[in-house]
Amino acid sequence: MTTIVSANIQSILSKKQLDNNRECWEIALQTVTAEQVRRELASPAGKFSLERLVTLLSPAAEPFLETMAQQAHALTIQRFGKTIQLYAPLYVSNVCINSCRYCGYNKTTQIDRTRLTIEQAVSDAAVIAGEGFRHLLLVSGEDTQFVSPDYLCELASKLKEKFSSLSIEIYAMSQAEYAQLFNAGIDGVTLYQETYDRDVYADYHLAGPKADYDGRLDAPDRFASAGMRRIGLGFLLGLTDWRIETLAMAEHASCLIKKYWRSQISFSFPRICPATSVQSQWPHLVSDTNMVQMMLALRLCFADAGIVLSTRETPEFRDNLMNLCVTRLSAGSKTNPGGYASEKTAAEQFEVADSRSPEEVARIIRSHGYEAVWKDWDVSFNKLG
Amino acid sequence: MSALKIAGKEFDSRLFVGTGKFASNALMARAIAASGSQMVTVALRRVDIENENDDMLAAIDQTKYQLLPNTSGARDAAEAVRLSRLARAASGIAWVKLEVTPDPYYLLPDGQETLKAAEILVKDGFIVLPYINADPILAKKLQDVGCATVMPLASPIGSNQGMKTKASIEIIIEQATVPVVVDAGLGAPSHAAEAMEMGADAVLVNTAIAAANDPVEIAKAFKMATQAGRIAYETGLASKSTTASASSPLTGFLRNE
Repeated sequence: MTTIVSANIQSILSKKQLDNNRECWEIALQTVTAEQVRRELASPAGKFSLERLVTLLSPAAEPFLETMAQQAHALTIQRFGKTIQLYAPLYVSNVCINSCRYCGYNKTTQIDRTRLTIEQAVSDAAVIAGEGFRHLLLVSGEDTQFVSPDYLCELASKLKEKFSSLSIEIYAMSQAEYAQLFNAGIDGVTLYQETYDRDVYADYHLAGPKADYDGRLDAPDRFASAGMRRIGLGFLLGLTDWRIETLAMAEHASCLIKKYWRSQISFSFPRICPATSVQSQWPHLVSDTNMVQMMLALRLCFADAGIVLSTRETPEFRDNLMNLCVTRLSAGSKTNPGGYASEKTAAEQFEVADSRSPEEVARIIRSHGYEAVWKDWDVSFNKLG
Repeated sequence: MSALKIAGKEFDSRLFVGTGKFASNALMARAIAASGSQMVTVALRRVDIENENDDMLAAIDQTKYQLLPNTSGARDAAEAVRLSRLARAASGIAWVKLEVTPDPYYLLPDGQETLKAAEILVKDGFIVLPYINADPILAKKLQDVGCATVMPLASPIGSNQGMKTKASIEIIIEQATVPVVVDAGLGAPSHAAEAMEMGADAVLVNTAIAAANDPVEIAKAFKMATQAGRIAYETGLASKSTTASASSPLTGFLRNE
């Protein structure tokens, strides 16, 4: 499917453009001065321009992190209130036909593969609902044979009773398949581009449908066209220069926001984590300071974007980030299919760094002066609700 | 200060409050009490309306406050109508603050869809309080289809910018036959007082209270400002003049006669 926005995104992020942009962005990032950062921080927070984001992401902005944090904190409270929303992921399959070098589900890796039947998935979901969650994220490897649109629709119809909002973080689908899911009550999709750099992308995605860079880049266009209300973007932090990636992701987000103005964008920050049979050395690891700068710069350009943090991060880091600009946290996550209801341990996608219980995380949120929000959506919005 | 009457029900307070964005439900309850409000809006997306023990609903004493469910998040008329009907079926509450806000960024209301939903809901027996842009013609149309109030925005919701749409709200107030509640964007007690002095029948405040350093104290300040503005409106302000009246630079010489 070719649409105007995908044409825009493709042209902005086409190989030639991205290469041109990269050089231009690299130079721009390095030449920002402290005075430019000061000037940018004196202008109203929350509006995106590439120049603004370059300035706030630049090495020259690093000494201004506290000022950026103060502004991001104030803007987040103004737009989202003193609240943090909680959600839980439900992994339904770790079978995958892709071969991504960073992922524990890589098809060439020898791990225990588990697929949850509808009944098993419902059992896991019941545990999650029992913990208080009303926002559920269904996650799977690219298991097109088993985790088909029909499977997801059937599961959604069983989960609607217990949950207010159902989203997916699975393989890229066609627009018709996304529409089928939307009509079944799934109204949010998170899909990471992993990297916006085509060469790096090719290097890490060796086989399977996911090796198609353009097919993936176009996916948010397809699911937003299908009506999805929540668009989750992200890239894997650690594959290549995080500053350049953030600029590319922001361009992507900006195009999507303009065209799909009824849908809300959120950003996630998946930092590469250790996993079984995955290399442990990475060329572009992102430090805590870098990650904070990235989050703050995005918030100061996108006032209303969701900022999502998973249990990949440590309890200490997550607790500190609550006060900055995070709006959504997962808690008590099990990244192995069946991990909630069964003691049997299937292989995880990544190792969870924050294993505190949801109630404990909610308590910490409250101790920071925020309301832990379990429900902020209603199935009645959807046709079949 | 006269009472406010909406759909046959009288309210001593002319300050409506929202329930989103508070740091805790306990703090919300204290702020609502301090505001003196008798009309409290809750987002249907945020609560389990059928569940009396819902954490937020449990903190709002419905014997003291008229609960005003709102359809925040609805992208079109169909969604708003569906949500309202399910909520009424579950709770028995026929009041609805109609919000159709397809753009999740500025949350500006869609006039066309709001009018469509209002017509259906009024016919269905709802008491409809629609959230609208400060559009005098739309306000008239909503009034014509039987809405209980109109609720024009002062500035984008949550923005705390105050009465940016003042000129249009003046026209709405002048022409309305239903109460005009100025909603959204009131960031300071002085903004609320300004709306009330202009003749608004009530104001709705959420972010400015919920996101304040001390929501309880600010709620009190909004209560006083709303009352002050209303009293000033009912009593009438002294007329304005662009010059001081003590001196008479042009005619002062006449006194020497």
